[in-house]
Amino acid sequence: MRDRSLIYLGLLVFLAVVTFPFTYNLAAGSGSMPDLEYPENETQCVESKEFMRSSHMQLLIDWREAMVRENVRTYTTGDDRNFNISLTNTCLAQCHTSKADFCDQCHSYAGVQEPYCWDCHIDPEQLERSAR
Amino acid sequence: MIISRKKFLKLTGISMLAVTGERLTEPLAGAVQSASSESPRALTAGRWAMVIDLKKCAREENCTKCIDACHLSHNVPDIDNKAHEIKWIWKEEFKHAFPSAHNEFQAKHIESLPALLLCNHCDNPPCVRVCPTKATWKREEDGIVMMDWHRCIGCRYCMAACPYGSRSFNWIEPRQYIAEQNPDFPTRTKGVVEKCTFCESRLAKGKLPACVEACPQNAILFGDLDVAGSEIRQLLESEYAIRRKPELGTKPEIFYIV
Repeated sequence: MRDRSLIYLGLLVFLAVVTFPFTYNLAAGSGSMPDLEYPENETQCVESKEFMRSSHMQLLIDWREAMVRENVRTYTTGDDRNFNISLTNTCLAQCHTSKADFCDQCHSYAGVQEPYCWDCHIDPEQLERSAR
Repeated sequence: MIISRKKFLKLTGISMLAVTGERLTEPLAGAVQSASSESPRALTAGRWAMVIDLKKCAREENCTKCIDACHLSHNVPDIDNKAHEIKWIWKEEFKHAFPSAHNEFQAKHIESLPALLLCNHCDNPPCVRVCPTKATWKREEDGIVMMDWHRCIGCRYCMAACPYGSRSFNWIEPRQYIAEQNPDFPTRTKGVVEKCTFCESRLAKGKLPACVEACPQNAILFGDLDVAGSEIRQLLESEYAIRRKPELGTKPEIFYIV
Protein backbone atom coordinates (compact mmCIF):
# COMPACT_ATOMS: atom_id res chain seq x y z
CA MET A 1 0.00 0.00 0.00
CA ARG A 2 2.97 2.26 -0.50
CA ASP A 3 1.30 3.70 -3.63
CA ARG A 4 -1.84 4.93 -1.87
CA SER A 5 -0.91 8.61 -2.20
CA LEU A 6 -0.01 8.16 -5.84
CA ILE A 7 -3.33 6.44 -6.55
CA TYR A 8 -5.31 9.23 -4.86
CA LEU A 9 -3.34 11.85 -6.75
CA GLY A 10 -4.00 10.04 -10.02
CA LEU A 11 -7.71 9.83 -9.21
CA LEU A 12 -7.78 13.54 -8.41
CA VAL A 13 -6.12 14.41 -11.71
CA PHE A 14 -8.51 12.11 -13.55
CA LEU A 15 -11.55 13.75 -11.90
CA ALA A 16 -10.21 17.22 -12.64
CA VAL A 17 -9.73 16.39 -16.31
CA VAL A 18 -13.13 14.72 -16.68
CA THR A 19 -15.03 17.52 -14.99
CA PHE A 20 -13.00 20.26 -16.69
CA PRO A 21 -15.72 21.28 -19.20
CA PHE A 22 -18.24 21.74 -16.40
CA THR A 23 -15.95 23.57 -14.03
CA TYR A 24 -14.64 25.72 -16.88
CA ASN A 25 -18.16 26.74 -17.88
CA LEU A 26 -19.08 27.42 -14.25
CA ALA A 27 -16.04 29.62 -13.83
CA ALA A 28 -16.61 31.43 -17.12
CA GLY A 29 -20.32 31.86 -16.36
CA SER A 30 -21.26 30.57 -19.82
CA GLY A 31 -23.11 27.60 -18.44
CA SER A 32 -26.11 29.62 -17.28
CA MET A 33 -29.43 29.26 -19.09
CA PRO A 34 -29.97 31.75 -21.94
CA ASP A 35 -31.71 34.93 -20.91
CA LEU A 36 -34.34 35.50 -23.58
CA GLU A 37 -36.01 38.78 -24.30
CA TYR A 38 -39.70 38.09 -24.79
CA PRO A 39 -41.96 40.42 -26.80
CA GLU A 40 -43.84 43.02 -24.78
CA ASN A 41 -46.96 43.19 -26.90
CA GLU A 42 -47.65 39.45 -27.30
CA THR A 43 -47.90 36.59 -24.84
CA GLN A 44 -48.55 33.77 -27.29
CA CYS A 45 -46.38 32.74 -30.24
CA VAL A 46 -47.92 31.23 -33.39
CA GLU A 47 -47.87 27.84 -31.68
CA SER A 48 -47.27 26.68 -28.11
CA LYS A 49 -43.99 27.48 -26.41
CA GLU A 50 -43.06 23.79 -26.23
CA PHE A 51 -43.75 23.27 -29.91
CA MET A 52 -41.83 26.37 -30.92
CA ARG A 53 -38.93 25.37 -28.72
CA SER A 54 -38.60 21.91 -30.25
CA SER A 55 -39.85 22.48 -33.81
CA HIS A 56 -39.53 26.14 -34.84
CA MET A 57 -37.06 25.09 -37.52
CA GLN A 58 -39.59 22.71 -39.04
CA LEU A 59 -42.28 25.39 -38.85
CA LEU A 60 -40.01 27.84 -40.66
CA ILE A 61 -39.30 25.26 -43.35
CA ASP A 62 -43.05 24.63 -43.74
CA TRP A 63 -43.61 28.39 -44.01
CA ARG A 64 -40.90 28.64 -46.62
CA GLU A 65 -42.39 25.85 -48.74
CA ALA A 66 -45.92 27.23 -48.36
CA MET A 67 -44.96 30.77 -49.31
CA VAL A 68 -42.45 30.22 -52.09
CA ARG A 69 -43.73 27.09 -53.73
CA GLU A 70 -47.46 27.02 -53.00
CA ASN A 71 -48.24 30.73 -52.93
CA VAL A 72 -49.88 30.37 -49.50
CA ARG A 73 -49.11 33.55 -47.61
CA THR A 74 -51.23 33.25 -44.50
CA TYR A 75 -50.67 30.83 -41.65
CA THR A 76 -53.64 29.90 -39.51
CA THR A 77 -52.70 28.72 -36.04
CA GLY A 78 -54.36 25.91 -34.13
CA ASP A 79 -56.48 28.48 -32.28
CA ASP A 80 -57.54 30.27 -35.48
CA ARG A 81 -55.30 33.31 -35.50
CA ASN A 82 -53.88 34.41 -38.86
CA PHE A 83 -50.33 35.45 -39.53
CA ASN A 84 -48.58 36.71 -42.62
CA ILE A 85 -45.88 34.19 -43.50
CA SER A 86 -42.63 36.15 -43.23
CA LEU A 87 -39.52 35.72 -41.13
CA THR A 88 -38.44 39.35 -41.30
CA ASN A 89 -41.84 41.03 -41.35
CA THR A 90 -43.77 38.82 -38.93
CA CYS A 91 -41.40 37.03 -36.54
CA LEU A 92 -38.83 39.79 -36.30
CA ALA A 93 -40.83 42.93 -37.02
CA GLN A 94 -43.85 42.10 -34.87
CA CYS A 95 -42.42 40.26 -31.89
CA HIS A 96 -38.80 39.30 -31.65
CA THR A 97 -37.46 42.72 -32.55
CA SER A 98 -33.97 41.75 -31.53
CA LYS A 99 -32.50 38.68 -33.15
CA ALA A 100 -29.42 39.09 -30.97
CA ASP A 101 -31.48 38.97 -27.75
CA PHE A 102 -33.74 36.13 -28.82
CA CYS A 103 -32.61 33.79 -31.62
CA ASP A 104 -28.90 34.09 -30.98
CA GLN A 105 -29.26 33.55 -27.22
CA CYS A 106 -30.39 29.93 -27.52
CA HIS A 107 -28.41 29.20 -30.64
CA SER A 108 -25.14 30.14 -29.05
CA TYR A 109 -26.08 28.41 -25.77
CA ALA A 110 -26.83 25.20 -27.64
CA GLY A 111 -23.81 25.59 -29.88
CA VAL A 112 -25.98 25.81 -33.00
CA GLN A 113 -24.12 27.24 -35.95
CA GLU A 114 -25.60 30.55 -37.11
CA PRO A 115 -28.42 29.37 -39.42
CA TYR A 116 -27.93 30.51 -43.02
CA CYS A 117 -31.38 32.17 -43.02
CA TRP A 118 -29.60 35.43 -42.36
CA ASP A 119 -27.40 35.20 -45.45
CA CYS A 120 -30.46 36.45 -47.35
CA HIS A 121 -33.23 37.39 -44.92
CA ILE A 122 -32.72 40.78 -43.40
CA ASP A 123 -32.42 41.38 -39.67
CA PRO A 124 -34.06 44.83 -39.34
CA GLU A 125 -32.18 45.60 -36.14
CA GLN A 126 -28.84 45.02 -37.75
CA LEU A 127 -29.91 47.01 -40.80
CA GLU A 128 -30.76 49.93 -38.53
CA ARG A 129 -27.49 49.58 -36.69
CA SER A 130 -25.42 49.60 -39.89
CA ALA A 131 -27.37 52.59 -41.20
CA ARG A 132 -26.37 54.61 -38.18
CA MET B 1 -38.10 -10.09 -7.51
CA ILE B 2 -36.87 -12.62 -10.02
CA ILE B 3 -37.89 -12.23 -13.66
CA SER B 4 -37.21 -14.67 -16.41
CA ARG B 5 -35.03 -13.74 -19.38
CA LYS B 6 -38.07 -14.01 -21.65
CA LYS B 7 -40.06 -11.56 -19.51
CA PHE B 8 -37.10 -9.17 -19.32
CA LEU B 9 -36.72 -9.09 -23.11
CA LYS B 10 -40.46 -8.57 -23.55
CA LEU B 11 -40.53 -5.64 -21.12
CA THR B 12 -37.49 -4.02 -22.74
CA GLY B 13 -39.02 -4.36 -26.18
CA ILE B 14 -42.34 -2.86 -25.12
CA SER B 15 -40.77 0.09 -23.34
CA MET B 16 -38.49 0.86 -26.32
CA LEU B 17 -41.49 0.79 -28.63
CA ALA B 18 -43.40 3.13 -26.32
CA VAL B 19 -40.53 5.64 -26.26
CA THR B 20 -39.99 5.66 -30.02
CA GLY B 21 -43.74 5.90 -30.62
CA GLU B 22 -43.93 8.99 -28.43
CA ARG B 23 -40.95 10.54 -30.22
CA LEU B 24 -42.54 9.95 -33.59
CA THR B 25 -45.88 11.54 -32.75
CA GLU B 26 -44.38 14.51 -30.89
CA PRO B 27 -43.58 16.79 -33.85
CA LEU B 28 -47.06 16.35 -35.27
CA ALA B 29 -48.71 17.73 -32.17
CA GLY B 30 -48.64 21.41 -33.01
CA ALA B 31 -48.04 21.41 -36.74
CA VAL B 32 -51.21 22.89 -38.13
CA GLN B 33 -50.77 23.70 -41.77
CA SER B 34 -53.08 26.32 -43.03
CA ALA B 35 -55.24 25.56 -46.02
CA SER B 36 -56.24 29.15 -46.62
CA SER B 37 -54.52 30.56 -49.65
CA GLU B 38 -53.81 34.08 -50.83
CA SER B 39 -55.47 37.20 -49.50
CA PRO B 40 -58.56 38.56 -51.26
CA ARG B 41 -56.57 41.62 -52.33
CA ALA B 42 -54.15 39.57 -54.44
CA LEU B 43 -54.04 40.18 -58.18
CA THR B 44 -54.56 36.90 -60.01
CA ALA B 45 -54.51 35.82 -63.63
CA GLY B 46 -54.42 32.77 -65.84
CA ARG B 47 -51.40 33.98 -67.78
CA TRP B 48 -49.61 37.17 -66.86
CA ALA B 49 -47.99 39.08 -69.71
CA MET B 50 -46.53 42.46 -70.48
CA VAL B 51 -46.61 44.80 -73.47
CA ILE B 52 -43.83 47.38 -73.67
CA ASP B 53 -44.30 50.32 -76.00
CA LEU B 54 -40.74 51.17 -77.07
CA LYS B 55 -41.70 54.52 -78.61
CA LYS B 56 -43.36 55.68 -75.42
CA CYS B 57 -40.40 54.32 -73.46
CA ALA B 58 -37.95 56.32 -75.61
CA ARG B 59 -39.78 59.59 -74.99
CA GLU B 60 -37.90 60.13 -71.76
CA GLU B 61 -34.26 59.96 -72.59
CA ASN B 62 -31.97 58.06 -70.23
CA CYS B 63 -34.88 57.33 -67.94
CA THR B 64 -34.13 54.52 -65.48
CA LYS B 65 -37.14 54.89 -63.20
CA CYS B 66 -38.45 51.36 -63.80
CA ILE B 67 -35.00 49.88 -63.28
CA ASP B 68 -34.44 51.85 -60.09
CA ALA B 69 -37.86 50.86 -58.71
CA CYS B 70 -37.24 47.21 -59.47
CA HIS B 71 -33.78 47.21 -57.94
CA LEU B 72 -34.98 48.97 -54.83
CA SER B 73 -37.92 46.68 -54.24
CA HIS B 74 -35.93 43.47 -54.81
CA ASN B 75 -32.56 44.36 -53.32
CA VAL B 76 -30.78 43.94 -56.65
CA PRO B 77 -27.09 44.74 -56.20
CA ASP B 78 -25.48 47.40 -58.36
CA ILE B 79 -22.15 45.85 -59.37
CA ASP B 80 -20.10 47.93 -61.76
CA ASN B 81 -18.39 44.98 -63.44
CA LYS B 82 -19.78 43.24 -66.51
CA ALA B 83 -18.54 39.86 -65.29
CA HIS B 84 -20.40 40.08 -61.98
CA GLU B 85 -23.39 42.30 -62.70
CA ILE B 86 -26.90 41.22 -61.70
CA LYS B 87 -29.70 42.04 -64.15
CA TRP B 88 -33.43 41.89 -63.51
CA ILE B 89 -34.54 44.60 -65.93
CA TRP B 90 -32.21 46.54 -68.17
CA LYS B 91 -31.97 48.55 -71.38
CA GLU B 92 -30.36 47.36 -74.58
CA GLU B 93 -30.26 48.82 -78.09
CA PHE B 94 -32.99 47.53 -80.38
CA LYS B 95 -30.54 45.95 -82.82
CA HIS B 96 -29.05 43.86 -80.00
CA ALA B 97 -32.36 42.94 -78.43
CA PHE B 98 -33.87 41.88 -81.77
CA PRO B 99 -30.93 40.74 -83.92
CA SER B 100 -33.17 38.91 -86.38
CA ALA B 101 -35.28 42.02 -86.97
CA HIS B 102 -32.20 43.87 -88.15
CA ASN B 103 -31.57 44.87 -91.74
CA GLU B 104 -28.92 47.10 -93.23
CA PHE B 105 -31.36 49.75 -94.42
CA GLN B 106 -33.23 50.07 -91.14
CA ALA B 107 -33.90 53.56 -89.89
CA LYS B 108 -31.24 54.74 -87.44
CA HIS B 109 -33.78 55.81 -84.82
CA ILE B 110 -35.19 52.28 -84.73
CA GLU B 111 -31.74 50.65 -84.59
CA SER B 112 -30.73 52.57 -81.52
CA LEU B 113 -34.14 52.57 -79.84
CA PRO B 114 -33.64 51.50 -76.22
CA ALA B 115 -35.41 48.21 -75.58
CA LEU B 116 -36.39 47.31 -72.04
CA LEU B 117 -35.43 43.71 -71.34
CA LEU B 118 -36.38 41.38 -68.52
CA CYS B 119 -37.27 37.74 -67.96
CA ASN B 120 -39.79 36.76 -70.63
CA HIS B 121 -41.69 34.38 -68.34
CA CYS B 122 -41.91 32.05 -71.32
CA ASP B 123 -44.92 29.82 -71.78
CA ASN B 124 -42.43 27.08 -72.67
CA PRO B 125 -39.45 27.96 -70.48
CA PRO B 126 -36.19 26.17 -71.34
CA CYS B 127 -34.65 27.18 -68.00
CA VAL B 128 -37.29 25.17 -66.13
CA ARG B 129 -36.64 22.10 -68.22
CA VAL B 130 -32.94 22.00 -67.35
CA CYS B 131 -33.04 22.87 -63.65
CA PRO B 132 -31.93 19.73 -61.77
CA THR B 133 -33.42 20.77 -58.41
CA LYS B 134 -36.72 22.37 -59.45
CA ALA B 135 -35.42 25.62 -58.02
CA THR B 136 -37.06 27.31 -60.99
CA TRP B 137 -40.50 26.31 -62.19
CA LYS B 138 -43.47 27.67 -64.05
CA ARG B 139 -46.32 28.47 -61.70
CA GLU B 140 -49.32 26.65 -63.10
CA GLU B 141 -51.96 29.14 -62.01
CA ASP B 142 -50.54 32.27 -63.66
CA GLY B 143 -47.55 31.26 -65.79
CA ILE B 144 -44.92 33.13 -63.78
CA VAL B 145 -41.49 31.49 -64.03
CA MET B 146 -40.63 31.34 -60.35
CA MET B 147 -37.35 30.99 -58.50
CA ASP B 148 -36.74 29.34 -55.15
CA TRP B 149 -33.42 30.72 -54.00
CA HIS B 150 -33.40 28.28 -51.09
CA ARG B 151 -33.20 25.43 -53.51
CA CYS B 152 -30.84 26.82 -56.18
CA ILE B 153 -27.49 25.03 -56.12
CA GLY B 154 -25.84 27.47 -58.53
CA CYS B 155 -25.20 25.00 -61.36
CA ARG B 156 -26.10 27.70 -63.94
CA TYR B 157 -27.76 25.27 -66.36
CA CYS B 158 -30.69 27.70 -66.51
CA MET B 159 -28.37 30.49 -67.58
CA ALA B 160 -27.06 28.35 -70.41
CA ALA B 161 -30.60 27.43 -71.42
CA CYS B 162 -32.11 30.93 -71.34
CA PRO B 163 -31.81 32.44 -74.83
CA TYR B 164 -32.46 35.94 -73.51
CA GLY B 165 -29.68 36.35 -70.94
CA SER B 166 -32.30 37.06 -68.32
CA ARG B 167 -30.54 35.24 -65.53
CA SER B 168 -27.55 36.36 -63.49
CA PHE B 169 -25.28 34.45 -61.17
CA ASN B 170 -24.01 35.80 -57.87
CA TRP B 171 -20.27 35.33 -58.18
CA ILE B 172 -19.66 37.53 -55.18
CA GLU B 173 -21.56 38.29 -51.98
CA PRO B 174 -24.20 40.73 -53.25
CA ARG B 175 -25.16 42.48 -50.00
CA GLN B 176 -22.25 44.90 -49.99
CA TYR B 177 -23.40 46.24 -53.39
CA ILE B 178 -26.92 47.09 -52.29
CA ALA B 179 -27.01 50.77 -51.49
CA GLU B 180 -30.29 50.65 -49.60
CA GLN B 181 -31.56 47.33 -48.27
CA ASN B 182 -35.31 46.87 -48.38
CA PRO B 183 -36.46 44.70 -45.45
CA ASP B 184 -39.65 43.71 -47.33
CA PHE B 185 -37.63 41.46 -49.61
CA PRO B 186 -34.68 39.17 -48.95
CA THR B 187 -31.32 39.65 -50.60
CA ARG B 188 -29.63 36.75 -52.34
CA THR B 189 -26.39 35.10 -51.44
CA LYS B 190 -23.22 34.14 -53.26
CA GLY B 191 -23.71 31.05 -55.43
CA VAL B 192 -27.33 31.39 -56.55
CA VAL B 193 -28.91 32.49 -59.81
CA GLU B 194 -31.48 35.24 -59.81
CA LYS B 195 -33.88 36.95 -62.20
CA CYS B 196 -37.11 38.93 -62.47
CA THR B 197 -40.09 37.28 -60.74
CA PHE B 198 -42.80 39.47 -62.34
CA CYS B 199 -43.12 40.95 -58.84
CA GLU B 200 -45.09 37.95 -57.64
CA SER B 201 -44.82 39.11 -54.02
CA ARG B 202 -46.28 42.50 -54.97
CA LEU B 203 -49.08 40.83 -56.94
CA ALA B 204 -49.95 38.83 -53.81
CA LYS B 205 -50.45 42.13 -51.99
CA GLY B 206 -52.60 43.51 -54.80
CA LYS B 207 -49.93 45.75 -56.28
CA LEU B 208 -48.79 45.95 -59.91
CA PRO B 209 -45.14 45.18 -60.71
CA ALA B 210 -42.75 47.89 -59.56
CA CYS B 211 -41.58 48.74 -63.11
CA VAL B 212 -45.15 49.16 -64.36
CA GLU B 213 -45.99 51.44 -61.47
CA ALA B 214 -42.81 53.52 -61.84
CA CYS B 215 -43.01 54.23 -65.58
CA PRO B 216 -43.82 57.93 -66.08
CA GLN B 217 -44.95 57.32 -69.68
CA ASN B 218 -47.20 54.35 -68.99
CA ALA B 219 -45.14 52.48 -71.56
CA ILE B 220 -45.59 49.13 -69.80
CA LEU B 221 -48.93 47.38 -69.75
CA PHE B 222 -49.36 44.35 -67.49
CA GLY B 223 -52.33 42.06 -67.81
CA ASP B 224 -53.92 38.67 -68.22
CA LEU B 225 -53.68 37.05 -71.67
CA ASP B 226 -56.26 34.45 -70.69
CA VAL B 227 -59.09 36.95 -70.42
CA ALA B 228 -60.54 37.81 -73.81
CA GLY B 229 -61.26 41.52 -73.96
CA SER B 230 -58.73 42.42 -71.26
CA GLU B 231 -56.80 45.63 -71.85
CA ILE B 232 -53.67 43.73 -72.84
CA ARG B 233 -55.56 41.54 -75.32
CA GLN B 234 -57.21 44.58 -76.88
CA LEU B 235 -53.84 46.29 -77.26
CA LEU B 236 -52.31 43.21 -78.88
CA GLU B 237 -55.27 42.95 -81.25
CA SER B 238 -55.04 46.59 -82.31
CA GLU B 239 -51.24 47.05 -82.53
CA TYR B 240 -48.49 45.08 -84.21
CA ALA B 241 -46.29 43.61 -81.48
CA ILE B 242 -43.14 41.51 -81.65
CA ARG B 243 -41.44 39.14 -79.25
CA ARG B 244 -37.78 38.27 -78.80
CA LYS B 245 -36.60 35.20 -80.71
CA PRO B 246 -40.05 33.72 -81.30
CA GLU B 247 -38.49 31.17 -83.68
CA LEU B 248 -37.11 29.27 -80.67
CA GLY B 249 -40.59 28.27 -79.59
CA THR B 250 -40.24 29.50 -76.03
CA LYS B 251 -43.40 31.63 -76.38
CA PRO B 252 -42.25 34.72 -74.47
CA GLU B 253 -44.90 36.66 -72.53
CA ILE B 254 -43.22 40.03 -73.07
CA PHE B 255 -44.45 41.81 -76.20
CA TYR B 256 -42.91 44.90 -77.77
CA ILE B 257 -44.63 47.60 -79.78
CA VAL B 258 -42.07 49.32 -82.00
